[in-house]
Formats: sequence, C-alpha cells, structure tokens
Amino acid sequence: MAEVEETLKRIQSQNGVQGIIIINSEGIPIKTTLDNASTVQYAGLIHQLVMKARSTVRDIDPQNDLTFLRIRSKKNEIMIAPDKDYFLIVIQNPSD
Amino acid sequence: MRKASTVQKVAPPGPKSNKNKKKDEEEAVDAGGGRVSYGKALIKPPDQLELTEAELKEEITRTLTANNPHAPQNIVHYSFKERSFKVTSAVDQLAVLFEMEGNLVHIDSDEGRRLRAKEILANGTYRNIVASKTGMKEQKATNQFNFCERASQTLNNPPREISCQTEPPPRSVFGATVSQWEIYDAYVMELQKQEKNKEKQKAPTLRKDVDKSRNKTMLTETANDDITKVRKGAKILERMVHQNTFDDIAQDFKYFEDGSDEFRGQEGTLLPLWKFQYDKAKGLSVTALCWNKKYPDLFAVGMGSYDFNYQGRGMLVFYSLKNSAFPERIYPTDSGVMCLDIHEQHSYLTAVGFYDGCVAVYNLKREGSEPVYKSTVKTGKHTDPVWQVCWQNNDMDDRHNFCSVSSDGRVVSWALVKNELVFTDIIRRTQCPLSTVACGTSLDFHKQIDYLFLVGTGEGKIHKCSKTYSSKYLETYDAHSRAVDAIKWNHFHPKVFISCSSDWTIKIWDHTINTPMFTFDLKVPVGDVAWAPYSSTIFAAVTTDGKVHVFDLNINKYEEICKQAVVVKKKTELTHIEFNPIYPLLIVGDDRGNVISLKLSPNLRKKPKVRNRSSCKRGNFHPGTMV
Repeated sequence: MAEVEETLKRIQSQNGVQGIIIINSEGIPIKTTLDNASTVQYAGLIHQLVMKARSTVRDIDPQNDLTFLRIRSKKNEIMIAPDKDYFLIVIQNPSD
Repeated sequence: MRKASTVQKVAPPGPKSNKNKKKDEEEAVDAGGGRVSYGKALIKPPDQLELTEAELKEEITRTLTANNPHAPQNIVHYSFKERSFKVTSAVDQLAVLFEMEGNLVHIDSDEGRRLRAKEILANGTYRNIVASKTGMKEQKATNQFNFCERASQTLNNPPREISCQTEPPPRSVFGATVSQWEIYDAYVMELQKQEKNKEKQKAPTLRKDVDKSRNKTMLTETANDDITKVRKGAKILERMVHQNTFDDIAQDFKYFEDGSDEFRGQEGTLLPLWKFQYDKAKGLSVTALCWNKKYPDLFAVGMGSYDFNYQGRGMLVFYSLKNSAFPERIYPTDSGVMCLDIHEQHSYLTAVGFYDGCVAVYNLKREGSEPVYKSTVKTGKHTDPVWQVCWQNNDMDDRHNFCSVSSDGRVVSWALVKNELVFTDIIRRTQCPLSTVACGTSLDFHKQIDYLFLVGTGEGKIHKCSKTYSSKYLETYDAHSRAVDAIKWNHFHPKVFISCSSDWTIKIWDHTINTPMFTFDLKVPVGDVAWAPYSSTIFAAVTTDGKVHVFDLNINKYEEICKQAVVVKKKTELTHIEFNPIYPLLIVGDDRGNVISLKLSPNLRKKPKVRNRSSCKRGNFHPGTMV
C-alpha cells in the first residue's frame, strides 16, 4: 500500500503534472489532488469516454482490452490508465 | 311326391320272389313279440305263380306320378257356347291328406293387438306390465297429441363477488447491454470457475490451510481494496508521465540517427540518453551491470564499493528504460554487491556475488527483498570477495547452476537444490604448485563449449581451464602486469577473447596462441570491456578518466573509432559497461551510483560484410603487430 502511495507521490512530483484522480468502477472519485468541482467534472466525463473506448476495442476483438488512453489537447494532456475496477487519471502539461 | 323310377325285377336265384322277400320281412317284423328271425330263409308259398323264364325277365315299368289316383279322370261339363259336353282337360289332382285350423295370430295385426290388451287386463303380471309399458311408452312418444309442457321457476341464488389480492412478487428492473466482449467475459469466468473446481478437487488436504490464508487475504483486501488495486495502473501511469517528461529522449532513442556521421569519416559518437539514479544508492559505486535477455528494456545494477577500507551495505537495483526516474525493483543488501548475472532462459533468476564472499540468488517473481538462496559459511561461501558469477546450463540433474570466482583462489559451481545451494569446487588453485597466492578476479565461460572457461587472476595471468580438470590448467597466458579486470569471449568468433586490466591495456587473444593478437594501450586504467552483440569486431571499454572508447577492428586496427567523455564531473570513474542485446544502446556505470545510457551512432554500428564464409569467421583478423 505504501508502495502505491509512493508511486503516486512520484507522479505528482514530476514536472508538469497538474493533478491525479483515482475513480472507482462506478465513477466515484476515491482520491484526488484537484479541487472538488473539477474532480467531479473529470470523473463524470472521462468515465463515459473510457467506457466507450473500451467497448470499441473489445467489440473489434473480445480478447483485446484497453491498456491506456491519452488525450492530448492544446493546453495539456490527460492520461488515463483503466483497469477492471478503477481508473487512474493524470493531467499533465508536458511542455513545462 | 313320388318319383318315377324303374324298378327292375330281380330274378331270385332260387324259388324266391319279391313277394317272398316282403313276406319274409313281414314275417320277421310280425314275429316281433317272440323271436325275430333276420335270416332270409327261402320259403316258397303255395300259391305263387309259376312263370316262365321269359316272363320273369320281362321288364315291367313302374312309374311314380303325381297324379291323384282317386281324382276323377273324365269330368265332363256342358259348354253353352258350343252346345255340347266337353271333357275337362285339367282336373284338380290335389288330395288333401290332413287339415287342421291353427290358433296363432300375428302380433302386429289388429286382432293381435286386441288380444294383447285383453291379456293385460286379464292377467296383470309384472312381466306383462313391463312389456306392456314399454309398448305404451313407445306409444306415448309417438303420440304427439298428448304432449304437455311443464315449467317451474327455481330460486336463483344471489351472486356474490369474492376476490383476494396477493402481494405482488418483488420486482426489480434489470437492464444490461450485450456485446461480443461481454459474452466472451462470461465464458472466461465460467472457465476459471471450472478450473478452480478442478483444483479444489485435486488438492483436498491442503484446502484447510488454503482457506485460512484465503480468508486472511480476503479481509485485508476488502479493507484496502481501493488503493492496492491501483498499483498496476499507477505504474503504467508513471511510465506514461515519464515518457511525456522525457519525450525528446524517448524520441531520440527510437529514431534519432546522427547525420553528421557521414561527414565524420570513420568515427562515431555516443548520444547520451537517460540517466538512472537512485537516491539511496548515491554513495555506492556501480559494480556490476547486466541486461535481461527476455525483456530488453530491463537491466540490473549491482551497487557496492571497490574501496577496501570503506565497506558497507550494497544494493541490487533493477531499472527499466521506460522509467529512468525510479527503479523497478530494489533489493538492499548487507554487503556490497560485486557481480551479478541474469539467467538467460529464466530471466527472473539473478545470481549475485557479494564482497563478503557470499553468493545469492534472487527471484524477481517473488515478493520481498530477500534472496531466495544464499550461501553461508556452512555451505561453502568464499572467504574473499566474489568477483564474477556466471550462469551455466542446467546440469545433468536439471538443476540450475552457476559458477563463481573469488580471490580466495576457488572457482565454485553452485547448484540450486530445493531450498539451498550446493557447491562443488571446480578449481582450487591453492593446490596448484605454480602459483602461491592465486586469486581470481574475473571469469568467463565459452559461449559454445560448455566446459571451457577463462579465469583472470590478480597477478595478471589468464588461465584457460576446463570444468573436468580441477587441478590443472589447460593453458596459461601471461596477460597483464596487474590484475585482470575483465575477460570476455567473443560472441561470434569461437577462438577470440578480450581482456582488460588496470595496467592500462586491452588485449585480444586467440586462445590457441599464447601471445595476444592485439594490444591497445589506453594510458589510463581500464575498468571494463565488452564485445558488441551485433558485430564480431566491435568492442567498447571504459576507463577511470570517465571516457568510453569504442573500437572496430574491421575499420581501424590500432585506434578507437570513438572516444568520448560521458560524465560531467571529472573525478568520476567509469566502472562498467554493457551493450544492450537488441537496441543500439550502451549502459555505463560509474562510481557515484549513476548509470548512463548512450546511443551508438551509425558509424559505430557497422556490421562486417559477408565476403565468404572463411573470412567472415575470422572476422578479418590476422595477427597484428605489437603496439
């Protein structure tokens, strides 16, 4: 458990990282480093997107599965690592 | 009616006649009361006619007719038409023999019915009544004029409504989507359940312990389930973030090819890529490097200290190229790690040799920071630092084994048996009469020939040995004037090996020839040397002045084609170097605990051309002159 905490701390300390959110399988944020409003917004929107992405990948080949998703925008990059029961979201500004 | 027939008169054989016969019969019958004689005695009556034979044979025809003999034959009646008497031709021949009037009457005739009715009134028996009744009924049914209708109204019960209401069954609304992967998932889960059931059946005795441990793990899991499950994802995310941060380095690693090499002639450059550091290993120096063959982005770093005076703890650290900020695995050790080797096939096994003479084997698949096997004093650990370990193929009992060389003069082979290490001395060089204080400082096994290996000593000699001969050497080479730091067989050429030493030289040998083929004087103590895995003529060396030298004998037999300083601070010594088996990458370890990765420029990666078989094998070697 401490290992995971340490890993998250290291991610947070990398330059450019704006926030980390952990969401469980129902879309409820468990842990976050952002403010409440943004967290809820991210959680709701990204949850749907990941479901759609995963469904797409698996429909094409059921033995395949989504490993991660990157959304690069002008201002920052949202990286999502999904798993069976949770999502990990990191928002980073890579040019910093 | 009587038939007309001719009865032939039978001539009696004697004086017998028909009448006689009849008489006899009559007599026989008549005499009935008394004696009856059936015999036909020929008694001639006295008044019998006497006839002549011709008369006897006369046929007399007797006919039976239907005529009534008593009927008149000649009835005459008067016919007024013709006014005369006529004889009636047809006469009634009927003769009435018997006449009786009967008293039977047909049932259905009028008289029959009348009589019946009278009978009923007269007799009055049940049988007759029944018979009569049925008769009467029938009469009634057919009698339409006696039909009468009778109706009656019954009391109607008032209808009442009774209903009962039951509690509706509990309902829940269920919605789901079905898609191909959901079906697939369901099947996979089914399969897993079945396999679990099979396992449960197979191991019934262990069930209790397994259940207990499972219960424990279940409890802990439910408590911490949110965070611990994130571990895998967190790792992936860390790598993703790292890739973003070091995006340019990753791009360089993958795609950058130094274009200036074309203009540089034969020389090449090394492009620094990632730098691997770990906080807790800052005071230690890199003592060993090894790439993992299965996962070419993973490498192991052994940390310890070469300083005799300052001996402390050590560390075994695994890094991945995908994350240079933090190691993948960390194993702290009590004593400094001096050497390590990763097994070629089972890449989760790592053999480590320590400064205090112990050897240990770590299993990456297992959790925990303790080695799986460790040698102790009892199990024959070395008494001096272990300078090199090397994995071998599985021995005859199919156990993993590796060899270690140490300054105490022993070359020991260790086999992994269940829970412990079993050692066998391959060479005990104290027994050898030639050398007094012999200590091995480096070791390398031949790539193809399993039993052949080279040992470099602290005095500068190199011994060629065989596993089968424990006390004698096959050959000894007077290689260097100081300790031999590294010996490496060539990956391609089966006869060539290279050695380097703190006496500033690198020498290349053919093991059949006693003198080196090539000697390179670098003017600085050489820490380590390594052959390139993609070419038989390229090797790289690191020196204590912080420079990396790359040589290509195909291009230049006397000088290096690349000489580059890779460390920032001047007093950093480079200790080890290794080529990545797949990528054009070098890792270099220094004495401050850092590992630097360098990309080889295209000039350094030239593969030798295949001219014809023989020359390729030799790698364009021919014994060179001494430098």
